[in-house]
Amino acid sequence: MLAGGLGVMAVSPLALVLGVVVGWTAVGAAGLLRPRDVAFAGRALFGVGAVGAFVLLAAAIWSLGQPVQGWVLPLGLPDLPLHVRLDPLAAFFLALIGASTVGISIYSAGYFRAGEGAAPGLMCLQYHVFLASMAMVVLANDAYTFMVAWETMALASYFLVTTQHRVAEIRQAGFLYLLLAHIGAIGILLCFGVLQGGSWHFTFDAMRAATLSPGWASVAFGLALFGFGAKAGLVPLHVWLPEAHPAAPSPVSAMMSGVMLKTAIYGIVRVSFDLLHAPVWWWGALALALGAFTAVFGAIFAAVQTDMKRLLAYSSIENIGIIVTGLGLAMLFRGLGMDALAALSLSAALYHCINHAQFKSLLFLATGSVLHATGQRNLGKLGGLIHRMPWVAWLALVGTLAMAGLPPLNGFVSEWLLLQAYLFTPLLPHAIVNMLAPLGAAAFALTVALSAYVMVKFYGVIFLGRPREIALVQAHDAGWLERIGLAWLALGCVVLGLAPVAVLDSLDKINVSLVGTGIGAQAEHWWLLTPVAAQRASYGPLLFGAGLVLAVGLTFVVVRRLYHGRVRRSDPWDCGFPGQTPRMQDTAEGFGQPIRHMFGPFFRIERELPTPFDKEPRYALRLGDRWWDWLYSPIARAVQECARAIGYLQQGSIALYLFYSFATLLTLLAFAL
Amino acid sequence: MSAGSVIGLVEAPLAVLLAPLLIGWIDQCRAWLQNRRGAGVLQPYRTLRKLLHKDAVIAHGASSLFRVSPYIQFGAMAMAAAIIPVFSVRAPLGVAADTIALVGVFALARVFMALAAMDIGTAFGTLGARREMLVGFLSEPALLMVFLTASLISQSTLLPTIVDVLGQIHLTIFPSLAFAAIAFVMVLLAENARIPIDNPSTHLELTMIHEAMVLEYSGRHLALIEWSSALKLFNYAAIGVALFVPWGLAGRAAGPVELALALPIAAAKLAIAGAALAIVETLSAKLRIFRAPEFLATAFLLAVLGLLVHLLLER
Repeated sequence: MLAGGLGVMAVSPLALVLGVVVGWTAVGAAGLLRPRDVAFAGRALFGVGAVGAFVLLAAAIWSLGQPVQGWVLPLGLPDLPLHVRLDPLAAFFLALIGASTVGISIYSAGYFRAGEGAAPGLMCLQYHVFLASMAMVVLANDAYTFMVAWETMALASYFLVTTQHRVAEIRQAGFLYLLLAHIGAIGILLCFGVLQGGSWHFTFDAMRAATLSPGWASVAFGLALFGFGAKAGLVPLHVWLPEAHPAAPSPVSAMMSGVMLKTAIYGIVRVSFDLLHAPVWWWGALALALGAFTAVFGAIFAAVQTDMKRLLAYSSIENIGIIVTGLGLAMLFRGLGMDALAALSLSAALYHCINHAQFKSLLFLATGSVLHATGQRNLGKLGGLIHRMPWVAWLALVGTLAMAGLPPLNGFVSEWLLLQAYLFTPLLPHAIVNMLAPLGAAAFALTVALSAYVMVKFYGVIFLGRPREIALVQAHDAGWLERIGLAWLALGCVVLGLAPVAVLDSLDKINVSLVGTGIGAQAEHWWLLTPVAAQRASYGPLLFGAGLVLAVGLTFVVVRRLYHGRVRRSDPWDCGFPGQTPRMQDTAEGFGQPIRHMFGPFFRIERELPTPFDKEPRYALRLGDRWWDWLYSPIARAVQECARAIGYLQQGSIALYLFYSFATLLTLLAFAL
Repeated sequence: MSAGSVIGLVEAPLAVLLAPLLIGWIDQCRAWLQNRRGAGVLQPYRTLRKLLHKDAVIAHGASSLFRVSPYIQFGAMAMAAAIIPVFSVRAPLGVAADTIALVGVFALARVFMALAAMDIGTAFGTLGARREMLVGFLSEPALLMVFLTASLISQSTLLPTIVDVLGQIHLTIFPSLAFAAIAFVMVLLAENARIPIDNPSTHLELTMIHEAMVLEYSGRHLALIEWSSALKLFNYAAIGVALFVPWGLAGRAAGPVELALALPIAAAKLAIAGAALAIVETLSAKLRIFRAPEFLATAFLLAVLGLLVHLLLER
C-alpha cells in the first residue's frame, strides 16, 4: 500500500496530516536547541506550530471530500508496522484539533514568559509532542499505534500539567491525573483485547471483521466506556479534571479541556459505532443515563466554585455529559433500528464537541490572560477587569454567551439539535425507554439553564463590577498575539453558530459511514437548518442574527433620532447608600449560594463560623465532592489494607525468606510431578 | 403579496406598540380591584415619554456593556414578538426561529440584564442578578418543557404549526396541556416579576428582584428596559393564548374574514388574560425569596408531569 501511496504522497490529505505530525515533533525537538530562549522557543516555534495546525485544519476539511485513505507505515517494532487511516470521522476530529490549536498556539506564542516554571524549550517539546500524539490517536488504525499514541498523549500532558512542579499541590494533581489516565488506559487495552475476537490481529480492520457474541460485544463496550470515560471525565471518574486544569498553565488547560477530552469522545464513537458495527440499545440507555447525570452534576458543581479555572473544569464535565447523552441517544436509535434519528443525535453530539472545543479553549485562554495580569485565580479577588482588559473581556463575552447556549452563537445550535433528537424519543419501539428517555430532555434543559447561571457568575465576577482588590488597578490587557489567538476562537464560535448547514453537511459524511444514512441537512435551503422536515422544525441562524442586529440597531437609531443621546455621569445610586465599597459586591461564594442551598445534599460542606468573641472573625467554607467519600477513599483504604496484609510476609529475617524459596520450590515440584 | 403576509409583517411592530397598553390595562384592573380609580390605561406611555425626554444618568464605573444592554434587551424582545403568533400565524420570523430559539431569545435578554446589573458593582445590582438567574434557571427549563409537550402533540417545534394543529383539535381533551398551562402561568408570573415571586410596584430593597437590577438605570435606558419588560409580558401572554386558547387565531389557511376577525378576538383574549392576571396578583401574597425556588421547582415538575402524562395517556 505504501509503495502505491508514495506516488500520491505529495498531494493526498493523509500525507499532509502526517507531514504536520512529523513537523510538530520536529518543532518540539527544535525547542531543545535553545531551551531558555523565550523569543525562539516560546515565540517563534509556537508560531510555526500554529501554521502546522492551520495546515491540519485545511487538510482535514479537504479530506472530507476524498475517499478514505489508509497506509501502513514501516515504522515501529518488527512485524508491527503502524497502520494509519483517514476516514470522515478521523477527519472531523483532526479538524477539531486543528481549529482550536491554531488559536491556542498563537496565544501561547505570546503567553510564555521567562522564569515561570519549566524552561520554554521544554514546554515547546512537550506541547508539540502532545499535539502530534493527539493527531496520531485519531489517525491510528491498529490497537498498537493507538495505545502508543494514547500513552504519549497522557505522558506529554502529564508533564505539561506539572510544569510548576515545585508546588506540592500541582505534583499531587499531576499524580492523580496520571493515575486515572492509566486506569483508563488499562480499560482501553482490555477492550482491544476483547475486540480482536480470537483472531489475534490487532488492526482495526481485523476488529471490524471480527464477529463478537452480544455478551462479549457488551463487555468491550463497557470497557471502552470505562477507559475513555476516565479520560473524558464521566462521573465518577471525573475527579482529576478539577485538580489538573487549575494546575496546568492556561494554554495547556485549554488544550486538555477543549481538545484532549474530545479524543476520548472519538474513542467511544470509534469503538461503539465503527469497530463494534452496531450498538445494542441498552448501551445507549446506559450512556444516556450516565451522561445526563454527569451533565447535571458538573453544572451544579460549576455553579459553586470559587476558582475560575476549577469552575471551567466542572463546566467541561458538564459539557462532556451533554456530548455523551447525544452519543447515548444515537446508540439508542441505532440499536432500535432508527438510523436517520441516530444520525441526527450523532451530529448533535459531534457538533457539540467542536463547539465546546472552541468556546472552552477561548475561556481557558481568557483566564490565562487574567491570571497573568492579576496573579489571581480566586474569583473573590477579581472584578472590574472589563475596564483594564477590554480586549480579553469582550472576546471572552463571546465565549461566555456561546457556552450559555444563547442564539445565534454556536452553543445553541448543538443544543437545539439535541433537543430535536430528544423530541423523537417517544417514538422508540421499546415500552419503558420511550417513557424515560424524554425525561432526559428535562435534565438537559436544567443543565443548559444552569450553565447560563454559571456563565453569568463567571463573567460578572471576573470582568464586571468594581475591582475587589487594589492591586487589580494595575492589570494590563493581553498582548497582540494573545488577542489574535482569542479572536480566532471567538470567530470560530460565531461562524459555527451562523453556518450550521455547512457543518452538518460535513458531519453527514460521518453519519453515512457510521450509521449508514445521513440527515440531509442541505435539503431545503443553505441558510435554513431543517434537520428532519421543514414543517417539523427549522432554525435559520443567519436570518435570526440579522433580525436581532436589525432590531437592536433600529432601536438605537430611533431612540437617538427621536430623542437625544445626552449622558450625565454621577456616583452610583444604590438606593441612596453612600458608603459603598467594592467588597459589598457578591463574591463567588455569594453568587453560588442559592445553588448550594438548593442542592445541598450533593456537596460535602465544611463551614468555619466565627464565635461572638473572636477578635478577628473569620468565615470559611469548603465544598467537597462526595465521590471521594463514596468511592475513592474506600478504594484507597482497601489498597492500604491489602498492602499491610501482604506486608506480613516480609518480616526481614533471612531464614523466613529461605523458607519461602523452599516452599515455592516444593510447590513447583509437586506440580511438575 | 397576499393580505396574510402583509398582516404578518405589521404584527410585530403592532405588538411592540401595544405592549405598554397591556401593562396599563393590568394596572387599571388592579386599581379597580383595590377600590382605587387608577391612572388610566395610557399611563405606561406617559411614563415612557417622560423617561425618554430625561437625561440618562450613568454611574462613573459603568462600562459600555451597561449602555448596550438595554438596546439588546429591547431588540431581543422585539425579535420574540416577531416569532410569536399574536393574531395570525404568519409571523415574519416564524421559520427562522422555533419555540426552542424563542426560549433562547428570552435567555439572551435575561443574561444581558443580569450582566448589566453586575456592571456597576453595587450590592443591590449583584443581588438582583443572582436572584434573577436563580429564577431563570428554574423557569427556563419549565418553559421549555411546556413547549416540548405542545411540540409532541403537534409533531413540530414551530409555533405556527403548533397553533394550527392545536387550533383544530379543540374537541379532544389533552390533560397534559392542563398541566402545561398551570406550569406556564407559574413561569409567566415568575419571569415577568409579578406577585407572588416579585412585586412590580415595590422598591423595598430586600425583597426585590427585577427592580434591584435596574436601579442604576435612568432616562432612555430605563425607558427601553421598562418597555422591553412590558413587551416581555405581552409576549408571554401571547404565547399562553396561542398555546392554550388558540381558537380564533388566523391560521395558515385563513381567509380575509377570519383575518379581519382575528384582531379583535386576540385583543379580547389578551384583555381577559390581563384581567385574570390582575385578579391572581390581587388575591395572592408575595412569597419570601427563599420560597421562590419551591414555587419554580413546582412549575418545573408540573411541566415534566405534563410531558409524562402525554407519553402515558395520549398516544
